[in-house]
Amino acid sequence: MTAVASVVAMRPAPQAAGKPTSPPLDRESRQWLDQLRSKGPEHVEAVDRLHALLLRAARFEVARRRPMLPHLRGNDVDDIALQAADDALMSVLARLDDFRGLSRFSTWAYKFALLEAAVKLRKRAWQGRELPLEPETWSLFSSAGLEPEAEAEQGELLSTLQTAINDVLTPHQRRVLVALALNGVPIDVLADRLNTNRGALYKTLHDARRKLRKHLEELGLSLDLWEETN
Amino acid sequence: MERPDLKQALGRLLGPAGPEVGCDECFAELDRYVELELAGTDADTAIPGLRAHLDGCPACREEHESLRALVGGEQAL
Repeated sequence: MTAVASVVAMRPAPQAAGKPTSPPLDRESRQWLDQLRSKGPEHVEAVDRLHALLLRAARFEVARRRPMLPHLRGNDVDDIALQAADDALMSVLARLDDFRGLSRFSTWAYKFALLEAAVKLRKRAWQGRELPLEPETWSLFSSAGLEPEAEAEQGELLSTLQTAINDVLTPHQRRVLVALALNGVPIDVLADRLNTNRGALYKTLHDARRKLRKHLEELGLSLDLWEETN
Repeated sequence: MERPDLKQALGRLLGPAGPEVGCDECFAELDRYVELELAGTDADTAIPGLRAHLDGCPACREEHESLRALVGGEQAL
């Protein structure tokens, strides 16, 4: 499954129902579509050009993330970029009818290659690592330097949060929230290990966050106010 | 008093307060959003809920930053 296929439906934004009507395509975008939908040598040449465009985007993404992946060798980096471009090419060709002309064709195509490369790199970075699914970072919130009153306030907030996470969320919501929001596991990596996809996992995270917010508000804790005043 | 770690952690735990799109709609609209941003248009009004999603989803945020950097870099040439 390509990374694009794993980013699937969640829920529409409440205000996003009124989609803009598609404008006339710009000349370059129209040319891309016509050539990619043609037959024979023109089609082959357009596919080659599209692959080159996607490879450029994939290499751009790999280069941006390279400092965070010092253990990757040059060949690995090239392979990842090439695989990302190959997968993105399949996705773009399969979704040509989805292109509405609301951006340039090249911008629309780039995002497929960037997604494929980013997902591959996240997975590579966590390859073979055990995923931390239990809270690891509560102790990181040092109270050093805080006034006694503020220290007590912070301690109370953390205690309330921990209790809420344990009491209010389902085990699945808790596992997802802790891994993604507390322990920094990339969503694509967790989706892979749990045999699900980014969209479904983000829906779980979203629901867990909403539950937590609602519970804390019912307790009279306004987190937004706390963030503003501290 | 500054408590950056805890503030950041609260933001990650509780996510954006307002309505947001999901990852699929974010991906569907990302190219338009980036071009609107680069054109200096009000992308957040044109595509409600996408900015909130970028605030709440690190993976989509990274991909937005990359697309903006790539397209913006080309336009600057």
